[in-house]
Amino acid sequence: MGMLSFLTGRTFPRGVHPPGLKEATRDQAIRRLPFAPRLVLPLAQHFGKPSRPVVKRHQEVVRGQVIAEADGFQSVPLHAPVTGVVEGIELMPTARGPKTEAILLRTLPGDSQAVRWSSPRDLSGLSREELIRAIQAAGLVGQGGAAFPTHLKYAVPEGHGVDTLVVNGCECEPYLTTDHRIMVEQAQEVLAGIRLALRAVGADQALIGVEDDKPDAIAALQAQIGPDDPIAVRKVKAKYPQGSEKMLIKALLKREVPSGGLPFQVGVVVNNAGTMAQLGRLLPLGEGLIERVITVAGPGVERPGNYRVPVGTPLRYLLEHVGFRGDDASHLILGGPMMGNTVSSLDVPVTKAVSGLVVLPQAQADAAPETIHPCIRCGRCVEACPVGLNPAELGRLAAKRRYETMQERFHLSDCFECGSCAYVCPANIPLVQYFRIAKALNRERLS
Amino acid sequence: MTPLQIELKTSPHVKQGGSVQQIMRNVVLALLPICGFSVYHFGISALALMLVTTLTCVATEQLFNRLSRRPATVSDYSAVITGLLLALTLPPAFPLWMAALSGFIGIALGKSLFGGLGFNLFNPALIGRAFAQGAFPSAVSTWTLPGHPERFTEFLPSTLAVPFTTPAPVDAYTAATPLGMWKFQGEHAETWDLFTGMVAGSAGETSALLILVCGLYLIARRMMNWRIPAAVLGGAFVTAGAFYLLDPGHYPTPWFVLLSGGLMLGAFFMASDMVASPMTRSGLWLYGALIGFLTVIIRFFGGLPEGVMYAILLGNAASPLIDRFIQPRPYGTGKRRAS
Repeated sequence: MGMLSFLTGRTFPRGVHPPGLKEATRDQAIRRLPFAPRLVLPLAQHFGKPSRPVVKRHQEVVRGQVIAEADGFQSVPLHAPVTGVVEGIELMPTARGPKTEAILLRTLPGDSQAVRWSSPRDLSGLSREELIRAIQAAGLVGQGGAAFPTHLKYAVPEGHGVDTLVVNGCECEPYLTTDHRIMVEQAQEVLAGIRLALRAVGADQALIGVEDDKPDAIAALQAQIGPDDPIAVRKVKAKYPQGSEKMLIKALLKREVPSGGLPFQVGVVVNNAGTMAQLGRLLPLGEGLIERVITVAGPGVERPGNYRVPVGTPLRYLLEHVGFRGDDASHLILGGPMMGNTVSSLDVPVTKAVSGLVVLPQAQADAAPETIHPCIRCGRCVEACPVGLNPAELGRLAAKRRYETMQERFHLSDCFECGSCAYVCPANIPLVQYFRIAKALNRERLS
Repeated sequence: MTPLQIELKTSPHVKQGGSVQQIMRNVVLALLPICGFSVYHFGISALALMLVTTLTCVATEQLFNRLSRRPATVSDYSAVITGLLLALTLPPAFPLWMAALSGFIGIALGKSLFGGLGFNLFNPALIGRAFAQGAFPSAVSTWTLPGHPERFTEFLPSTLAVPFTTPAPVDAYTAATPLGMWKFQGEHAETWDLFTGMVAGSAGETSALLILVCGLYLIARRMMNWRIPAAVLGGAFVTAGAFYLLDPGHYPTPWFVLLSGGLMLGAFFMASDMVASPMTRSGLWLYGALIGFLTVIIRFFGGLPEGVMYAILLGNAASPLIDRFIQPRPYGTGKRRAS
């Protein structure tokens, strides 16, 4: 690493190489699906305070209209993804498990579904604060999975100068190709978004990190960069988890975000490429975030591909339209197979930050042996952990329930559950699950 | 159309696909050519020795699993490895009853009492070998010349010694090892003979070339960390080289030190026991170098011609300490953590 990076490509230390499995979707254009007859719109689709509903039961709404407003600065509004009728506000299942409040919206079948709630505007005169307000009003949250409100990232605390906007086009999870297709097909919008983001955050330069297995995306982006743009595309090595923001900052800038800290502390703001495309498209039109691109893939899908769907589309509807060919006990994973959650119900909707639905039939999911062996201290997990933790030692302590030692001496809270350790473990130890439990119990103990 | 039942699992949902059995099976596979060469060299006595130690080790593991009501672990091949390794460190004409007892001690005291696979502090094969060294000092240092004409039809006389008797060495068969010749007679073996293995020695210690090839196979398949053999051999080479430069007349060349005795087998197949070695890269370098250094010191200054076994056992003993002080540096902490 370091001086040898011209040989190996820019990257971070350690990590793993799961097979990409992107062939089925990466070369296909993004397609649209019909509108689902009923949408489920959770009020807490983002990190922060849930949105506050501003519609009533039986109220008719048009596509693009605000149906829930931001509850303070730590929140974002929610816009109606279809023209239709509010059926009610009810507790509905979510990907994370517990039921949360959601607006149920019945789609009006005869409607043209044109966006009727936009206010195109000239953004050139806006100040930083005005831009940040406009981004919040668009309901924009990180499209990569974390769902962090974008405007909050740009409101960097006083005294911290951000010099670099890092745009994350790595997409290192197997199967997922949404960002890849967006960079290829919407490079212009990605660049427009980056220019706006540079102004909103007050950074000097933008670096777009793209893994070296996406040459077409790199070319498409480069073609859109003007001579005066302080923007550059940087090829990084295809390796998991290159798309984790801390790993990408390390690869591109050789900086390390302090343990427990945020990127702005080292002068960086990181945004997903898909978020930049939404920003570049929505802000000039004055529209809100009402749809997104999602990769639907895996052996249990008949027509894998990238689909542009309204936010709130239930997975059941999505699966019916892409052709489900899994078995009764298929695993439905929201996100990628390394970090995604299996869903508990088909009524779970596609929310703003869901980038993929991966369907693994039982046989495929259980291909790995289920027997858990004792740790043989082979050290593969230590060689894999991108954060530089010792997963074997953490696992040993977890088995002994020494959760406090895990935190105090072995930096448990720095683990972001990327799954690299469990992926390589020949003893099949469910390390990530151990760590989740340990973190949860530590949180409980402290509260 | 859509699934009726939904499986809930936690991430990651994909696995690389390796398993403990796969690693252990490959170690057995890598040991087989060395075993084969040994049988070719020393005949059916070496074969019987390997069978007896392996069967004893497997049976002992099974017995202790029964006694402690743990699930059977014989299928993970680790006891087979212990048995084969133990046989490879013993003289080919070692009495079988002594070999069986050593195998039992290796697994029982070296592994099962610690809690089985993954919990042993020391390499179990070396515990068995250390027991043999202490209990049967004469038999464990009686060596045989390779290539005896009747080796495939007749057992070496001492192999079939009646249990609880110690056979007297038969001069027609015995020979000194190159290390012994250097230690006690001041004679040097030819480097090339050491490399190819045309010398007397333990059943599996004689051909450096073959051990190197088999070790490289495991390294290429990423089932052995190359840093361990590299550090052991490097540590031994540097230490021996320093002594040689000080007094070339008295000390052997570093090449002789590398290729003679059990150093190659120890570096590639004994020190590399994952369970008993440190986990981090720097820890492995330190551990290996320590073993190499100790081997040379024991060989040059100890009462015995060979020191690999004790050096590795001491390295094993130091591993938990090394792991305690050398840990990876977590991202964003800016300093190496030692606690």
